[in-house]
Amino acid sequence: MNQLQNFTKGLLRENPILVLVLGTCPTLATTSSSLNGMGMGIATTFVLVGSNVMISLLANVIPDKVRIPAFIVIIASFVTVVDLVMQAYVPDLYKTLGIFIPLIVVNCIVLGRAEAFASKNSVLSSLLDGLGMGLGFTLALGILGAFREIVGSGAIFGQKFIEGDGILVFILAPGAFLALGYLIALVNKIRKT
Amino acid sequence: MAKTESTFKNMVLSLTLISVVASACLGFVYELTKKPIELSNLNKKLNAIREVVPEFTNNPNDDMFRLPTGEGDSLEVYPAKKDSTIIGYAVNTYTNNGFSGNISLMAGFKPDGTIINISVLEQKETPGLGTKMTEPEFKDQFNNKNPADFELKVIKDGGTVDAITAATISSRAFCDAVSRAYNTLKKGGIK
Repeated sequence: MNQLQNFTKGLLRENPILVLVLGTCPTLATTSSSLNGMGMGIATTFVLVGSNVMISLLANVIPDKVRIPAFIVIIASFVTVVDLVMQAYVPDLYKTLGIFIPLIVVNCIVLGRAEAFASKNSVLSSLLDGLGMGLGFTLALGILGAFREIVGSGAIFGQKFIEGDGILVFILAPGAFLALGYLIALVNKIRKT
Repeated sequence: MAKTESTFKNMVLSLTLISVVASACLGFVYELTKKPIELSNLNKKLNAIREVVPEFTNNPNDDMFRLPTGEGDSLEVYPAKKDSTIIGYAVNTYTNNGFSGNISLMAGFKPDGTIINISVLEQKETPGLGTKMTEPEFKDQFNNKNPADFELKVIKDGGTVDAITAATISSRAFCDAVSRAYNTLKKGGIK
């Protein structure tokens, strides 16, 4: 597999949300608006790239039997960095995303890529893989957030374009499941043809 | 480079090393972001105070004092002064009766107890329903009202507050927080 494919596979063919269906908990919870979804996506991308690079560098040094605790320590450190930096420089976004930033630690995508890809591949491939997967995650969250914001509150990026309310259910939790279901169905249809 | 064997010594050594390096990095980032975090928290508070009490010239954060609520708790009161005369109080008040979790408000009062303005600091109400408490349509009905002759209850409960449609619980909680602030000020001898 060449390097370009390492990057592009995360965007659609192996998109973490839409195809692998990993990390759906933060996906459902943080996509009530397009900005929230993308903020979450970018934070996760940073952690993915950082941990993928670090783990591919250390893969040979870490003994196999303790690799999971070692990976978790590395991932948790990157998450804490993101957490502190967001708290300092984008407090508003930090407040809306709240508990879901620390919870990136247990996001299956991050540990999944560390275990399945970064620990077996070169640093460059792991970097591209992390970047591709992260951007795919961001893309999926952005689309889902934009859809829910447009239908649910009649706005896009916080700019209202209709008077009054939208279809409220799409802002609430059940709407997240509905929207994600439709999006996955649509992507399956595109991939199969 | 050959793969490190999973011997006891190697395992302890590698995990210890990784943890030490990770905690050193975190300590560094923590020191770096400590100041900006404090600053952004303070700014948020000052902005909320500025929104709810008229122009002040002092630093209300330095003059902050606490008043007991009479329920075994106390509220933060920020006096707003203009040329050393008190022109109002911003009270950081709360309620536990929100539809989902606590609600925290900053309420501004004139020295005679009249509400100047209210700003919502924190709420986790239902999006699209209870969250409307942050919009002027609901919260501005309190402005320029004195709770002495303005019953802080929703109309359904025999009060005068026009509740948010389909969010009576959130509206009640909002009233509860505002009246807690008012009663605390009154009990503290400031009205």
